[in-house]
Amino acid sequence: MSHVAQGRGKGGFIAGFLIAPLALYLTFVIWPYVQTFGYSFTNWTGQSPTFDFVGVDNYAALMKDEVFRGALWHNLLLLVFVPVITILLALFFAFMVNAGGRGGAGGVQGVSGSRWYKVIYFFPQVLSLAILAVLFGAIYRSDEGGLLNGFLVKLGVVDPQHPVEWLNEPNFVLWCLLFVVVWHGVGFYLVLFSAAMQTVPKDIYEAALLDGAGRAQTFFRVTLPLLWDSVQTSAVYLGIAAMDMFVLVSTMTSGQFGGGPDHHSEVMATVLMRNFLYFGKSGYACAMGVVMLTLTMILSVVTLRATRRERIEF
Amino acid sequence: MTAESTVIKAPGEAPAERSGGAGQAKEREKRRADGMVLNVFSHGFLALWAIMIVLPLIWLVLGSFKTDAQIGGSALSWPSNWHFDAFSRAWDKGIGGYFAHTVIVLVFSVPLTMLFGSMAAYVLARYPFRGNRPVYYFFVSGAMFPVFLALVPLFFMVKRFDMLNTYQGLILVYIAYSLPFTVFFMHSFFRTLPTAVYEAAVIDGASDTRIFFQVMLPMAKPGLISVGIFNVLGQWNQYILPAVLMQPQTSEDPERYMLTQGLIQLQQQMGYETDLPVLFAGATIAIIPMLAVYLSFQRQIQAGLTSATLK
Repeated sequence: MSHVAQGRGKGGFIAGFLIAPLALYLTFVIWPYVQTFGYSFTNWTGQSPTFDFVGVDNYAALMKDEVFRGALWHNLLLLVFVPVITILLALFFAFMVNAGGRGGAGGVQGVSGSRWYKVIYFFPQVLSLAILAVLFGAIYRSDEGGLLNGFLVKLGVVDPQHPVEWLNEPNFVLWCLLFVVVWHGVGFYLVLFSAAMQTVPKDIYEAALLDGAGRAQTFFRVTLPLLWDSVQTSAVYLGIAAMDMFVLVSTMTSGQFGGGPDHHSEVMATVLMRNFLYFGKSGYACAMGVVMLTLTMILSVVTLRATRRERIEF
Repeated sequence: MTAESTVIKAPGEAPAERSGGAGQAKEREKRRADGMVLNVFSHGFLALWAIMIVLPLIWLVLGSFKTDAQIGGSALSWPSNWHFDAFSRAWDKGIGGYFAHTVIVLVFSVPLTMLFGSMAAYVLARYPFRGNRPVYYFFVSGAMFPVFLALVPLFFMVKRFDMLNTYQGLILVYIAYSLPFTVFFMHSFFRTLPTAVYEAAVIDGASDTRIFFQVMLPMAKPGLISVGIFNVLGQWNQYILPAVLMQPQTSEDPERYMLTQGLIQLQQQMGYETDLPVLFAGATIAIIPMLAVYLSFQRQIQAGLTSATLK
């Protein structure tokens, strides 16, 4: 390459191409994130232009906030169950789709129609969370008009006079929401794991079959170790999603920005939004944001560390 | 060994049986029966989950043809009102307008996201300069944080620009929040393009800008399509950003709700007005374009998403 090409002209070109994207990104993404830290040490209401520096008062108040602690606990529950259930189901289905076909000479092939399963399973992924909220709001209706209660009444499991109050039942509400997340996510991870399984050379499976490995053995000794990287990445993604949950909780459950009944489905994001837009405690809301961000970072690092294994090259 | 393994690789059992003795044939028979059982087993679970996905959606669509009393009465009733009046009522309730607002925003935000994302990704992927890596990680790290952590300051930032409840405000914010993924994806795509093409273009005397627009962008078309679909889906389905930024600020301010936001609005409204078929019809209207986009591009969507996340 000539020196002219690497001279000033190039610098101008690089700067020219980077300036607009960087400016937008800094203004609307990075700067607000940074500001969140700053505001979290103030008693800013969001309405007035003035505010005082209050040190760590917001964080101290956060520790004593029963609602926030409950929300934190719910997030942690989701953090464990969402990734575990979604990944297990997706792995199970992916293995069925890719290797559940009849064993025989070739040994490993997908069940017939596997392409269609992938198309159908993935579809919820393209639906917006608003549609999910409407759909599952109707499914979980607390009368016979709800799909779930309708079925259960038909089957005679549930007394038509007292149908199950899914989203109003303190003990059920979180699990109902959990199911929506799993329903939404399994297809994506199925496709992800399928793609990973297809990159595994066929002769590895053949060798395992020739050595007399059964299906379960093939799965645990061959497939899973080779997929470990994807499983790990998925766990981090799902963990981040479980820390969020704002749209579903705020639209499906009772209360201002959701969280009902009686804070039983509260997550940190809904508490944050309520404090910001409803109670006008912006500084306090920012402190929650910082706590969530910190937890998300810790979560990612811990997941990646805890699931670290020796990388298998193939 | 090579001959043997090609036999094994062939689909179907016949060639393999030829290669084995009587004992092996019995073994294969056993495997085959085993395979049949597992086939039923696996098909059973796979079909069950498929039903659990399709059934609620069909039920929702059928709900738009029911009467309100029917919806409240029993979930398993068959619709009696095969007219599209719920759809037209949903349209009048504002779904049409929400639809239009979303289209207006996306017509600008998606192409601009692609343009800015590709420009940044291209420079970062192919031009070594000081600070290249930090800038790249800076861009990509944005994908890690949930959006609403920045919501409070973002709201006031947009307010300061006087762009609350405006299309241009939301367009700029959509672009900014789509950049991390777009840059990440296009970065890995531009890296795979051959250097020889670039060098040939340089020898022909093309400027860097021209090379980008006339050589590199056309070559990156498959990648652009994947990211483009992803951005369409992501921005079409966005809920939190418009919910915070697209509220009418004064009573004279017109409503500029996005489709997702409008749907939630409709859900609350119809709960009071007890006209649930309208809600079901509204949700159906919101699902249909997604279904159409998905079915026409499902190969690219699946390939694009998996290649982006597996790398």
